[in-house]
Amino acid sequence: MATRKAPETSNISKDDLLAYYREMLLIRRFEEKAGQLYGMGLIGGFCHLYIGQEAVVVGLEAAAKTGDKRITSYRDHGHMLACGMDPKGVMAELTGRSGGYSRGKGGSMHMFSKEKHFYGGHGIVAAQVPLGAGLAFADKYLGNDNVTFTYFGDGAANQGQVYETYNMAELWMLPVIFVIENNQYAMGTSVKRSTKSTTLFGRGTAYGIPGEQVDGMDVLAVKAAGDKAVAHCRAGKGPYILEMMTYRYRGHSMSDPAKYRTREEVQKMRDEKDAIEHVRDLLLQAGHASDEDLKAIDRDIKERVNEAAEFSKESPEADLSELWTDIYA
Amino acid sequence: MATEILMPALSPTMEEGTLAKWLVKEGDKVKSGQIIAEIETDKATMEFEAVDEGTVARLLVAEGTAGVKVNTPIALIAGDGESTATVPVAPPGAGPVAVVSDQAQAMIVPPASMKPAMAIPDEAPDMGWPAGTPVKTMTVREALREAMAEEMRADANVFLMGEEVGEYQGAYKISQGLLDEFGTKRVIDTPITEHGFAGLAVGAAFGGLRPIVEFMTFNFSMQAIDHIINSAAKTLYMSGGQMGCPIVFRGPNGAAARVGAQHSQDYAAWYAHVPGLKVVMPYTAADAKGLLKTAIRDPNPVIFLENEILYGRSFEVPDLPDYTVPFGKARIARVGSDVTIVSFGIGMALALDAAEALSKDGISAEVIDLRTLRPLDYDTVISSVMKTNRCVTVEEGWPVGAIGNHLSATIMTRAFDYLDAPVLNCTGKDVPMPYAANLEKLALVTVAEVIAAVKSVCYR
Ligand SMILES: Cc1ncc(C[n+]2csc(CCOP(=O)(O)OP(=O)(O)O)c2C)c(N)n1
Ligand SMILES: [Mg+2]
Repeated sequence: MATRKAPETSNISKDDLLAYYREMLLIRRFEEKAGQLYGMGLIGGFCHLYIGQEAVVVGLEAAAKTGDKRITSYRDHGHMLACGMDPKGVMAELTGRSGGYSRGKGGSMHMFSKEKHFYGGHGIVAAQVPLGAGLAFADKYLGNDNVTFTYFGDGAANQGQVYETYNMAELWMLPVIFVIENNQYAMGTSVKRSTKSTTLFGRGTAYGIPGEQVDGMDVLAVKAAGDKAVAHCRAGKGPYILEMMTYRYRGHSMSDPAKYRTREEVQKMRDEKDAIEHVRDLLLQAGHASDEDLKAIDRDIKERVNEAAEFSKESPEADLSELWTDIYA
Repeated sequence: MATEILMPALSPTMEEGTLAKWLVKEGDKVKSGQIIAEIETDKATMEFEAVDEGTVARLLVAEGTAGVKVNTPIALIAGDGESTATVPVAPPGAGPVAVVSDQAQAMIVPPASMKPAMAIPDEAPDMGWPAGTPVKTMTVREALREAMAEEMRADANVFLMGEEVGEYQGAYKISQGLLDEFGTKRVIDTPITEHGFAGLAVGAAFGGLRPIVEFMTFNFSMQAIDHIINSAAKTLYMSGGQMGCPIVFRGPNGAAARVGAQHSQDYAAWYAHVPGLKVVMPYTAADAKGLLKTAIRDPNPVIFLENEILYGRSFEVPDLPDYTVPFGKARIARVGSDVTIVSFGIGMALALDAAEALSKDGISAEVIDLRTLRPLDYDTVISSVMKTNRCVTVEEGWPVGAIGNHLSATIMTRAFDYLDAPVLNCTGKDVPMPYAANLEKLALVTVAEVIAAVKSVCYR
C-alpha cells in the first residue's frame, strides 16, 4: 500500500471536501444498513459490500463530467450511489422489490441506470472490462468526448479478456479508464497467492497503455489521478490504467470465513488508513467544519439511509407479471 | 358494375394493416390516381390511390380500423352512371383496383393467390413474397452482403466487426467491398480475440450503436458465449427493461466439408435454448437477405446462423429496395398431405430432396422451413401436422437436446390426438465430426435417412 502523502489541502475547496465526506459517508452508512437488512432476511443471495473502498469511487466521480460512463462488477453499490443514483431505488433492488432499479429482477449484482450512465452491475468476473471498452468505442464512434470508467478487481485482473481488451483499447485509442480496485484479495486469495506480477497497472506496458498506482484510501489522491487519466482520455490519447490500492473491511460477500487474513490486519487498516476519517481530520484541521457540523452531516446521512431502508421494505414485492417482461425489447 | 377496392399489400410481408384515414367520403367522385386513403403498416404510413374513375358508393371499413387483412374489400366504387345506392358487389377476386403511390406498386397482388392456405393440398408453395414481385437471382453470399450494405447505408450506427472482415474482404467474402464503401470506421478488423471483441461489441450496443459481429465461424463463438448469453441476452431482463442490446452475431455455422470436429458444429439448439436471444437460420438467399435486414433492425441480440455450403447457392430474391422477412414466420416450402417434414437452414436442402423423391413413391410431403428458431412458428407446424398426422424433423445438429426433440414434445402436447405415428427426429450422429470423408458422410444426416424416416411414420 502506498503511504499517504502529506495532505495538500490548499487547492481543495471546503465545499469539495465536505462533498467527499458526505458521499463517502453515505456509501458507508448505506452498506452498513444493507448488512443489517441482510441479517434480517430482507436481502438475499450475494451481497458484496464496499465498506473501506469508498474513496475510489467518490474521488473518481469528482473527476467525471456529465455524459461519462461507468461500469463495474457485482461490488457495485458504492459506484451507484457515487454517480447519483437514488439510494431508495438501490436498496429496494437489494430487497427485490418493485421500486428497485431493475424492479426486483437484478438484485445486488445487477443494477443499471441509463439516466446516470451506470452500465452495471456484472456478475461474471472481468466481463465488464470489454463491455466498458465497448461503451468507450461507442462514444468515440459517435464523436463525443465522454470517457468510460471501467472498474474491476485485482482478481479480475488475471482474466484473459482483460488483456484482449487492453490490446484493442490501445489499438483503437479508446477513451476508457481501467480502474483496478486492488483491495488485496479475490475472495480469500491474496494478490501474492494469485500472481508473481503483483504490480497490476504495469501490465498495461505490454500494450502501450500508461498507468499508475494510486493510494485509493486517499480521496484527494484519487481525484488528482482521476483528473490526469481523464485528461489523457479526453485528449484522444487512448486508455489509461489506475491501480487503486484499497482495502475491503468486510468479507467478500455476506458469508466469509475470514480465515485468509488476520483481524489485526483489518483493524490496522481501519485505524491508519480509513478514507472517511482522513477527510474528517482534514476538515477539522483546516477549520472547515466543527465537530457539531460533522455530527449534523452524520445525522442527515443516517436519515437518508433510513428512508431508503424504509422504502425498500414498503415497496411492493415484484409483480408476478414481471416474470415474463423485459425478455425482448 | 361497382368494383371493390381491396386492402392492398404495401410490402411483401404485410398481412394486415390499419386503415388510418379515408380521404374521400361516400358519394365523392374519384379520379384515377387520386389518393383516397392512408394506410398504416408496422413500417410506414402510405397513401393509397384509386385506379379507376367513379363514385365512392360505400366505405366498407371505417377509418381507424386496425388489423384489416390484405385483400379485404374496403370500399365500393360505382362506375359512371351507375347508381351508388344499390350497387351490386363484384365477386371477390375481381382484381386489384388500386395501387399505392410508391415503389410498392410492384407488390400489389392478385387477391386469390395471396396467401397459401395450407389446409388445401396442391396449393402453390409459399415463395415468401407475393406473386408478381420482380425477382433477381443471387447467391446467399451476395444476399447477405446486400443486406448488410443496405442497412449500413440506412443507419450510420450500424457497423461490422470481426476477424478479416475488412482488408481481407471477409474469410468467406461475405463482407467483400464493404470496407471500400464504408471505411475503416465502420468495417473493423479485430485481433483474434473472440471473447474480447464480443464483449466490446455488446458494450458498444449498450452505448447506442448497432454492431454486427462476424464470427469467422460459429465454432469460435464458444470463446465469446459468456458475453452472448450473460451480457447480451440477459441484461434487458436484469435491468428491468432499461438496457437493451441491439446486436447481431453472424457467421457460418455447422459442418462445411472435411474440416474436422472443432470446425463443424451446429449451434442451432444451443442458442435456441436461451431466452433473450433471437435465433435465425436461413436456407434461401431471399430469407438470408430479408432476415438479416430484420436482424440488424431488431432491438435484441440476434444469433444469425449461416452455412458455408449454402453461401454459393443461388436463389431468387425479390428485387425490391427494402425486402425484409419477419421473425417467427415459417415458410411452407412445399405443400403436401401425407406427412410434414420440418427443417431449417441447410437441413431444408435434404428435406426438399427427400420430398421430391418421396413424391415418386406416391407420398405427398409438406415441407416447412422454420427460418427462425426463436421465435419459433409453432402454429404453422401444428396446423400442418393436424392435417398430415405425421411429422419428421431434420437438422444437422446432435440428437440430444435437438430442435427436433423440442418440436416432438410440442406436437405431443398440442396435437397428440392427431398423430398417427410417433414424430421422428433426423439429426446428425451423436459423435464429434470425423475428418475421413466416408466417416463424415456417415456422421451427417442424409436424404436417405429422411426418406426412411418418412416411410416409417407412413408405415410404408
Ligand atoms: C468467471 C467467474 N469466475 C469466478 C467467479 C466467482 N467469484 C466471484 S467474485 C470472485 C473474486 C473476484 O475478486 P476481485 O476481482 O479481486 O474483486 P473483489 O471481489 O475483490 O471486488 C470470484 C472468484 C465469478 N463470479 N466469475
Ligand atoms: Mg479484490
